[in-house]
Amino acid sequence: MDIPKDLVAASAAPLVLSILSEGPTYGYAIIKRVSELSDGELSWTEGLLYPLLHRLERQGHAHAYWANSETGRKRKYYEVTDEGRAALADHQAQWRAVVAALETTWVQARKSLALGANGGVATA
Amino acid sequence: MSDAIEPRVAAESPSAVDAQIALWREHMAKRAGVTEEEVDELEDHLRAEVDDLTGAGLSEDEAFLVAVKRLGAQHEIAREFARENSQRLWKQLVLDGDDSRRRESDDRSGWVPVLVFGLLAALFVKIPSFFGITFDESPEFYLRNVSVLGIAGVAAYLLWRHRATLGYVLATAAGFVLVAVAANLYTLDVDGDALPMTALHVPIAVWVIVGLAYATARWRQTEGRMDYVRFTGEFLIYLVLIQTAATVLVIFIGVVPTLVGIDTEYFLTQWLVPCGAAGAVIVAAWLVEAKQAIVENMAPVLARIFTPLFTAAFLGLLLVVLLSGEVGDLDRDLLIACDGILVVAIALILYNLTARGADTSPGWFDWIQLTLVGSALALDVVALTNIAIRITDGWTFNRAVVLGANVILFVNLVVSAWLLVRLTRGRASAVRSLESWQTAFIPVYGAWALFVVLVLPPVFGLT
Repeated sequence: MDIPKDLVAASAAPLVLSILSEGPTYGYAIIKRVSELSDGELSWTEGLLYPLLHRLERQGHAHAYWANSETGRKRKYYEVTDEGRAALADHQAQWRAVVAALETTWVQARKSLALGANGGVATA
Repeated sequence: MSDAIEPRVAAESPSAVDAQIALWREHMAKRAGVTEEEVDELEDHLRAEVDDLTGAGLSEDEAFLVAVKRLGAQHEIAREFARENSQRLWKQLVLDGDDSRRRESDDRSGWVPVLVFGLLAALFVKIPSFFGITFDESPEFYLRNVSVLGIAGVAAYLLWRHRATLGYVLATAAGFVLVAVAANLYTLDVDGDALPMTALHVPIAVWVIVGLAYATARWRQTEGRMDYVRFTGEFLIYLVLIQTAATVLVIFIGVVPTLVGIDTEYFLTQWLVPCGAAGAVIVAAWLVEAKQAIVENMAPVLARIFTPLFTAAFLGLLLVVLLSGEVGDLDRDLLIACDGILVVAIALILYNLTARGADTSPGWFDWIQLTLVGSALALDVVALTNIAIRITDGWTFNRAVVLGANVILFVNLVVSAWLLVRLTRGRASAVRSLESWQTAFIPVYGAWALFVVLVLPPVFGLT
């Protein structure tokens, strides 16, 4: 499955905010977490993630600070702010609305298919 | 915030990978649009990837190669970073390759259209004289209309340059018609107060409308408006440069032929100066658009140099006013001077903002800006006390205009001061709030200018 660019872009900010609300983390870990959460379907590039993180920081949705990692290297960590949590709540409401709408039409389509085709084979 | 930054602690013996990463860093740092701190962040990313891969059994060299490959081509990363940074750096032109903005700037950035629009602008300026309205006979007409006539060409050029949709072309045209009507609606006393105020406020309204032509669909967004502010700054700088050179040209043409007995005055005053000025305005707009990379950050540089100087001047003024012992009885022009002081303070804040990164941590410069705004406000409070004392002997047109402008600028600066305080406390979102607050005032300035031109003269019976 190839997730189109527009969908990746639209889901990027809510996904990062969700991951940040699990606790402070850094760029490389976020990319791994995204890949893990999506069973490898979403593989983000650094060109997508870091500018997005900086944008969230600028908008005040995330707070960034430098600290030492477990190996002693300096590393930039990000944590979600109150404003970021509020933005995430908005994202959640929006995505739930979209998913609910899609699910409803799909359930209906499946039902009418099942009735018309005399058996539920056509559900993909 | 940056408590734990030390040179790399985990420096075992410098391995081959360290050397390669140093090389990679060097290449990355050369790309415009990526800051040093961002390279630090990417390096940590690269090293984390290398660690993971060596943990999975790869040799260090192999791990480095794979990690770099996964990190993506440098110019792609640089482009994405520059896109995020572009709002403050205004470096869209460094984005290489297939970027749409780049393509757009390429086929409409030539000089032939500049010539065409320049001639068009010269025509706008000369049209009244074809109907017998010359500068010598009716300077009043030019006082009212010079900004409308002179800038209409720039609006047209920008609309064409930015491929504005018909809706924005019509909206801009309607705006110009509205301002032109407002500028000429009333018969004003040539020696009265209303005419100079009209002459002063019509350009402000024109400036706001050109902003619509510049930003088109982005006019509602803070970024679009900030870009217009940047454009205005660079535009004025180019205009001053062109004017300096043009003055020399005019002196030559004006002086040299008289030595051989030819009088060039008519040609100069009727044709060369007005048409040249109209054309220069278009050339300046073109230069800003086409050569953003060259002089791109001139206005912020000037703002940065002059912010401490103006702060010192304002503090000195405040001291002089307070020590003069005449706080309640100052000269009547003081409030006008204070309007000027507030405008300067706002301009400095605005142009310092245009080059500021949101992740720049607060520093001494923000304290200077806060002092600047604080001293400007203190001066203004003194002036307002004076006008409040004086207003008791009646409102006049001039007092209403000066006081109205003062109130608008005062409100702007009070909130800006509060946002600057938040900024110095390290609130990252304060920069953005300050940008939105400042740019939200652009339409307010336009509305106020129209109010001064359209509503106030009849209210005070000056028409």
